Amino acid sequence: MKLRIKFSKHGVLKFIGHLDVMRYFQKAIRRAGIDIAYSTGFSPHQIMSFAAPLGVGLESNGEYMDIEVHSLTSSQQLIDALNAQMVEGIRVLEAKLLPEDAGNAMASVYAARYAIRFREGCAPAFLNRATIADFYSQPEIIVTKKTKRSETTFDMKPHIFECALSQDEQTVLLTVDASSSGNIKPALVMHAYYEKNGGVLDEFALLITREDTYMNAGDETTPKLEPLGFIGSDYE
Amino acid sequence: MRNLALSDEILLQVEKPARYIGNEVNSVIKDSSAVDVRFAMCFPDVYEIGMSHLGIQIIYDMLNQFEDTWCERVYSPWPDLDSIMRKEGIPLFALESQDPVRDFDFLGITIQYELCYTNILQVLDLSGIPFLATERTWAHPIVIGGGPCTYNPEPIADFFDMFYIGEGETQYRPLLDLYKECRRQGLSRTAFLEQAAKLPGIYVPQLYETAYHEDGTIASFAPKLAGIPATITKELVTDLSRTYYPLKPVVPFIKCTQDRVVLEIQRGCIRGCRFCQAGQLYRPVRERDAQMLKETALQMLDNTGHEEISLSSLSSSDYSQLEELVSFLIDSCRERKVNISLPSLRIDAFSLEVMEKVQDIKKSSLTFAPEAGSQRLRDVINKGLTEEVILKGAALAFRGGWNRVKLYFMLGLPTETEEDIRGIAELANKIAAVYYEVLPREQRNGRVQIVASTSFFIPKPFTPFQWAPQCTREAFIEKAYMTKRAVSEQLNQKSIKYNWHEADASVMEGVLARGDRRLCKPILAAYQKGCIFDAWGEYYKHDVWMETFAECGVDIAFYTTRERGLDEIFPWDFLDCGVSKAFLKKEWQNALDGKVTPNCRVQCNACGAAQFGCGVCTEPHTQTEDDTL
Repeated sequence: MKLRIKFSKHGVLKFIGHLDVMRYFQKAIRRAGIDIAYSTGFSPHQIMSFAAPLGVGLESNGEYMDIEVHSLTSSQQLIDALNAQMVEGIRVLEAKLLPEDAGNAMASVYAARYAIRFREGCAPAFLNRATIADFYSQPEIIVTKKTKRSETTFDMKPHIFECALSQDEQTVLLTVDASSSGNIKPALVMHAYYEKNGGVLDEFALLITREDTYMNAGDETTPKLEPLGFIGSDYE
Repeated sequence: MRNLALSDEILLQVEKPARYIGNEVNSVIKDSSAVDVRFAMCFPDVYEIGMSHLGIQIIYDMLNQFEDTWCERVYSPWPDLDSIMRKEGIPLFALESQDPVRDFDFLGITIQYELCYTNILQVLDLSGIPFLATERTWAHPIVIGGGPCTYNPEPIADFFDMFYIGEGETQYRPLLDLYKECRRQGLSRTAFLEQAAKLPGIYVPQLYETAYHEDGTIASFAPKLAGIPATITKELVTDLSRTYYPLKPVVPFIKCTQDRVVLEIQRGCIRGCRFCQAGQLYRPVRERDAQMLKETALQMLDNTGHEEISLSSLSSSDYSQLEELVSFLIDSCRERKVNISLPSLRIDAFSLEVMEKVQDIKKSSLTFAPEAGSQRLRDVINKGLTEEVILKGAALAFRGGWNRVKLYFMLGLPTETEEDIRGIAELANKIAAVYYEVLPREQRNGRVQIVASTSFFIPKPFTPFQWAPQCTREAFIEKAYMTKRAVSEQLNQKSIKYNWHEADASVMEGVLARGDRRLCKPILAAYQKGCIFDAWGEYYKHDVWMETFAECGVDIAFYTTRERGLDEIFPWDFLDCGVSKAFLKKEWQNALDGKVTPNCRVQCNACGAAQFGCGVCTEPHTQTEDDTL
């Protein structure tokens, strides 16, 4: 049986990289005594997969991983058992039982929503509702992606699903493509926003929190974003 | 939310910021205002190395069981952070509270290898603690050293307020009580040090002085004050089954050298290999009870979630309840999907059977440590491993499906000849030949792979070889070339790979290992010229070290290649590790005569460790000479 676990990651945990968070959960699952399934062979490993790696320095309210278990207690019991093993900065929020035919977490990722705040004194002077609206209303947003061999340009616009400023005008809210083929880093959007307004972004100025990770519950032409846990259900 | 000593900006620009944030599972947080003693325990190397050290985990666990004490951890900041901290004037901090080390009551430093000495100075420097103990006041922590290198603490004597000689489990409680009492009475720091010097196992270097002969050897070494002991006997735990052991060791976020539960099954070694310092220092061998180990193993696995467990000891095959313990672990680990990592066991039917169960034969290799290439030289070093045993073990393993063998040797052992060196290549060749002999072509799993590695022998204090001259750098390199040539002349040379170590750092290690107090100045000078992380090849600056020695008038040959007289007073002679100098002298003569000394379970050789009245010294002799192979 497959479970989809949602967790948050804050504080000093933002300095722990993706692979180390996996190792951390592998050990936490053992300590919590969860009846997880293992691969066979001389070095059995837990059957576990993470949805979307979170970069070092970012915080999150919506990380997901799938695990396979042999037996079920209840969502709440599993959440409590794991939370009893968490260090400060990381909390388990949900545990949903997935239907048999659910795709794995990573393949299901369609988009992610980010809240981007600025370190003290680092917010640009041009930050306001109008410049954000101007930026997002452009018919296309061309950016250059540098790889080792070449530079390619592409239009980011179809991959940005939301770009707005919060009520207090302090936080940029950004929903972007997070699928494995079209993943957009929030900093890349912010670079383009700065450039359009004649500024240069120092990425360190940004305090980025991933608010949630989404699947597409609609179809290709009319996507409908739902949190990754949407296809699962709480169990008793 | 915890506050960190380093800003986000710094943490995001250094390699592996997780080294500096603490917050790991099982790390201990206390209320600093509710404890009397704040203890910073330091391993002066990078986090991943330091976190893998069992000794610190034991002391950390023990000190934190004391309600009045909070023990935290400190490691060497990697050079990237080191330079930022210097530039920005950020003081070195402990991981748990992130508070500056200089505000602690104690800074404990475990000293595991000579090449970390400059890192000790880095830790003091970044903490803002004066290098010299005599320049410190109550505004600074008491700096206390422990670990194997304290069995010759003299090259770093000036930097420490005190050294703890021996196993940490026994004297910290009395030491902390004395500290609290002295502070309560408002005594001076010096008065505290003088009283501490009278505790068993505590050595306060500034209370002793050395006089030298004209030839540079020691004329006398004695306490400056009446009532300070002239000899300091090591501390040890007499019953290892009833003492501290960390049931909840700290679990690091990042992958460390030891990313597993470590179960120390015994301390000490019955073997008495004459090059081995640990084999003498930790006598007598003391086993932990198998029942205690079983319970401890399960609790540690439950409390850490580690996916691997490893046994730790100097010679696990000599642990008397090994079969019982290992079969228990195999059963309970299979159930828990935990891997067992076996230390180098003696290769025999039992160990092969065990290895078959716990490892993938195709991916694992056999390890033998003959240490010397010929039987003659193996007798000199008292390594009770014969060619016959090695070849039999290899044949058994090849039939079982293994086809990779690792061999460890030393070059530059006392009395070594060209023939002994050729013996390394010949032994490797014979093992390869066994593979082709015992396995018909169709049963072979490809070509046999033999990897022979050599390290350079460095004489260490408290071994029978403490009198032996070390080879020059040039001699070391010549010996490595000789080995390489000999390997290339073997029939099966295509199956043999030969690796050797750098010679430069071995010379340095030799100077520091048998050095005296006069080395404190050059070590400080080398540090001030930028030497740091000497144990890391990419940071080791041989030229700077050599230049500093020359400037400070240090004669390297005096410490390394010089033949020491039998009656010479050594810098470490005032310490008593249990083994007497008379015994070591006798063993040195036996070595030169090529005479083997039987192990502690065959007969007592009156080394002196029986004074402790524990371990193998109090057990009946259970082996005969024939069992020892």
